[in-house]
Amino acid sequence: MASNSRKNVALDREDVLKLGFAGNVVEKRVTRKDDEVRPWDLETKFQYVGTRVPRFDGLAKATGRAKYTYDVNLPGMLYARFVRTTVAAGTVKEIDLSKALALPGVKAAEQVWDLKNPVRYAGQAVAVVCCETSEQCDDAVRAVKVQYERKPHVVTVEDAIKDDAPQVGNRKNATEPQIGRNAVDVEEIDAALKTAAATVDVTYRTQVQTHTALETHGTVAHFTKDATGAEKLYVWASTQGTFTVREGLCRALKLEANQVEVISEFVGGGFGAKFGADETAIWAARLSKKTGAPVKLMLTRKEEHLCTGNRPDSVQHVRAGCDKDGNLVAWHVRNWGTGGVVPNAGARNPMIYTPRGMKTRKEEFAVLTNCGPQAAMRAPAHPQGAFANEQVVDELAEKLGMDPIAFRLKNDSYKQRPAQYELGKKLIGWERRNPKGGDGPLAGTGARKRGLGVAAATWGVNGGADGTAVAIVISPDGTVEVRNGCQDIGTGTRTLLGLTAGEALGCPKEKIRVRLGHTTDPFGPASGGSVTGPTLSAAGVEAGHAAKLAFLRKLGPKLGVEASSLDVVAGKVTSKDGKSWSWDDACRQLGVESVEITHTRGENFDAGFQGTVGGVQLAEVEVDTETGFVRVIKVVAIQDAGTVINRLTFESQVLGGVIQGISYALYENRWMDRRSGFMLNPNIESYKIAGAADMPEIVTVAFDLANGLNSAGVSGLGEPTVIPTAPAIANAIANATGVRVRELPMTPDRVLAALAAAKGGAK
Amino acid sequence: MKRFEFVEASSLAQAAKLAAQPNGAVRAGGIDLMDLQKEHLAEPDRVISIRRVPGAAEIREEGGALVIGPLVTLAQLASHPVALAKWKAVAVAAGEAASPQVRNQATVIGNLLQRPRCWYFRNELLQCARKGGPDCLSQEGENRYHAIFENKDCAIVHASNVSPAAMLFDGSVKTVKADGSRREIPLAKLFVKPEVDITKEHVLEAGEVVEALVLPAKAGGDHSSFLAAREKSAFDWPLFSLAVRLEMSGNVVKAAQIVFGAAAPTPLRREKAEAALVGKAIDEATARAAAALCFEDATPMTQNGYKVAMGTALTARAILAAV
Repeated sequence: MASNSRKNVALDREDVLKLGFAGNVVEKRVTRKDDEVRPWDLETKFQYVGTRVPRFDGLAKATGRAKYTYDVNLPGMLYARFVRTTVAAGTVKEIDLSKALALPGVKAAEQVWDLKNPVRYAGQAVAVVCCETSEQCDDAVRAVKVQYERKPHVVTVEDAIKDDAPQVGNRKNATEPQIGRNAVDVEEIDAALKTAAATVDVTYRTQVQTHTALETHGTVAHFTKDATGAEKLYVWASTQGTFTVREGLCRALKLEANQVEVISEFVGGGFGAKFGADETAIWAARLSKKTGAPVKLMLTRKEEHLCTGNRPDSVQHVRAGCDKDGNLVAWHVRNWGTGGVVPNAGARNPMIYTPRGMKTRKEEFAVLTNCGPQAAMRAPAHPQGAFANEQVVDELAEKLGMDPIAFRLKNDSYKQRPAQYELGKKLIGWERRNPKGGDGPLAGTGARKRGLGVAAATWGVNGGADGTAVAIVISPDGTVEVRNGCQDIGTGTRTLLGLTAGEALGCPKEKIRVRLGHTTDPFGPASGGSVTGPTLSAAGVEAGHAAKLAFLRKLGPKLGVEASSLDVVAGKVTSKDGKSWSWDDACRQLGVESVEITHTRGENFDAGFQGTVGGVQLAEVEVDTETGFVRVIKVVAIQDAGTVINRLTFESQVLGGVIQGISYALYENRWMDRRSGFMLNPNIESYKIAGAADMPEIVTVAFDLANGLNSAGVSGLGEPTVIPTAPAIANAIANATGVRVRELPMTPDRVLAALAAAKGGAK
Repeated sequence: MKRFEFVEASSLAQAAKLAAQPNGAVRAGGIDLMDLQKEHLAEPDRVISIRRVPGAAEIREEGGALVIGPLVTLAQLASHPVALAKWKAVAVAAGEAASPQVRNQATVIGNLLQRPRCWYFRNELLQCARKGGPDCLSQEGENRYHAIFENKDCAIVHASNVSPAAMLFDGSVKTVKADGSRREIPLAKLFVKPEVDITKEHVLEAGEVVEALVLPAKAGGDHSSFLAAREKSAFDWPLFSLAVRLEMSGNVVKAAQIVFGAAAPTPLRREKAEAALVGKAIDEATARAAAALCFEDATPMTQNGYKVAMGTALTARAILAAV
């Protein structure tokens, strides 16, 4: 039996945890220190956890009281904006700031660009202006005269891998192939495919998707002096990492950590592109230092598309095969993708189907193009890979005449999946699925055909300690302040931390006040890899427990009761001899003293029930076979993520994943103009994002599970739900029409082309 | 956006006079003007608002015609009971434009006169033929959203939802010029083809202000149809759009009008198909045959051939819906 991995602690108490889910419960022995919280498991009785709690800041957000970085306006504040390259390749010969500096209201104009550097895409910052008003910035940007020497550019993978393509970087545009782990050689793949009962040899394509968070990147910086006369930099940042911003600014401006305070109470989304001190943070701070005034530097929507990150595209050539029973025997992928000027474009084909004996080979080529750089984006590389993988398994199942879910289960070792599929089948009405693509009662005989599809995903990051700590202050007035310095990027972190700490402490939840987003508070994680939930919820549980013990130790003598006989249960302080005090009465006993603790989160436990999270999604679509228009009718999303702290924010996260997945599946696409090298749609008019009218019925199901991975048993949820949506829709389109659309987004032109090709090629 | 002087006109004639001075622009809803100003495609020194002109936001029936004032919004027209009853395609087209927010602000006249949405045209840094450049950048560029008819010189698609529907009724605009003179221009003569003048979408002179869109009543107006295909369900520009009006005599077509919207640089009458429908009963087969006729002269570009299949299907449906 596995034991926990906590090191260097006195292990003086043993618990047997009940982990797993109904129908698959396992016991696991854990040892812990006497004063540590018992990790949450299937037997833990909760007061708030698992209920539906409106987010603590919901009203503030809905009424506009919540202030995002974009909303921060300080007395005497100046505005700044970048001047960006208008050629896709070449060099900058000269930057003339004089005309800009002569304009009214212009307080500063700085060259950002090193003339020695080559221009590698249209949208790189070459200068920055700083003015009294935002409108003056518009004028000043246009007054900066930049001379370029143009060079040939290349903006598509197809063009960039040609022998005579202009070279984007210092070496060939395509990297040497990166070969995946445990790869066999091509001959072994070929041999395995020869023995296969069914094979596919197909190419899938996915597009470049830009993050397009509602709030653009940006910073308000105020370089000033504190009461002692020491330099102090206050920074409001739209970021996924308050502490990484602080660290970056300390380095860039040569300041000590104590001299920089980053504030980020509300963030309008990030999706992976908002880590660290970006150019807005560094230049807002430098310009504030130079002008002596606070400076606001928010990017425009256009800049947001051009230079702040994107999900690379992919061209995935897949050869795969299975035996007659549906066991996969071989899987060979060659993928080309571009991360723009960054040589990182893996589709990584995250395989969740890895039966014993399957031969695999993965070759990935990252191709440089004169386009904006990629950045991590919600489940980096997974949605691309899953779009191919989840259709390939469907294609193989179809060839064998097998149900695609039965086929998947043959090749999937994820413990929860069979139960998730059973639930999903019921909720979508799987028995209605057309027995053959395009042919069945659901497809019908008219121009509009319906079909059902399925896809699955697994995600494997669970956060950790890494120094994360939570401070809790219990005041005599009964309020409980819970503090951590990390940010809530919109996922509900504030509520999650409050509920986990409050649950362990036992206080009424109405007494909880959570403060996030100040680097003067204890350290917290950057929000990437879905780590914030598991990191902070475990920290919250442990800190809440520690606060309770500290509170009772202080309270005992005041009540004339042994602290060890006291407990806090459901908002009341109780003693073993049956006495009880209301929370407020008990807190009043503190007099003028507060109880204040800071607790550093413990390590994760190893080998809980399952180290990854997973889910399945099932989609019903209607395809207009004459116009190519695809309407998603319904999506069922079943997802596990360990303990569900708050069902409302859990659902919100799953909904967000599905919505972004639908948008990726059907609408979003960055269009580059090959001739000019410009992005043609750096807006949200022709860069199309799903809107309210495009939304189907979305049914979310939290698959409850105790995983024993950390004190709260919580895993991350932000990323896995965006992965299976597009392939589930694609599989539903194939079921509706009998035709596969192998390219994202599945717009009417592509659906019509696939239908026409099938008609033309029909034997 | 270039700095400008903002003036509020008290009458349309005054607005015309003010706007005729160099570099004036009339503002009604302001939706397209603002977009153009932000991208520096329009840089007026003086913006003349007509939003305080009395009576300009009225829709009324006059001598059997629907008269739509210059401040009537798309939302107003879309929900107007008389328009819905007798000029159905027009009301439906207005109600399908853009988003509820835009429809509450954008005017019907502004919708007719808006500038094209071509992404080459809308980018300040690109000099396309319409902006005086040497060639149409969409020809060898990204043209999936572009025209499939009359697209050799410039491949914009006509941007208005309302105009193809309004043309079903032989509509016209009444205008007032800077000198106070007035004229009436049939919609069929309002829009300018690229081969005539590639820099203009309509014949209005500098300062000329539209006082009203006039739509005579026509038989079959009550079930005239408007259909548009989009990538998104709402707030998206049509990939293809059309309007159809059929005058029936019993179950036989007496007269037909078919006008394409987002298919060519200007609204496009499809006379050949109209003629083919006359004297026929409408069923799936006649509708499809007429639809096919509409696309005989299509000249799709490298990426927009899909619009022919899509448009043919939509045309047949619009004909069937107009019976």
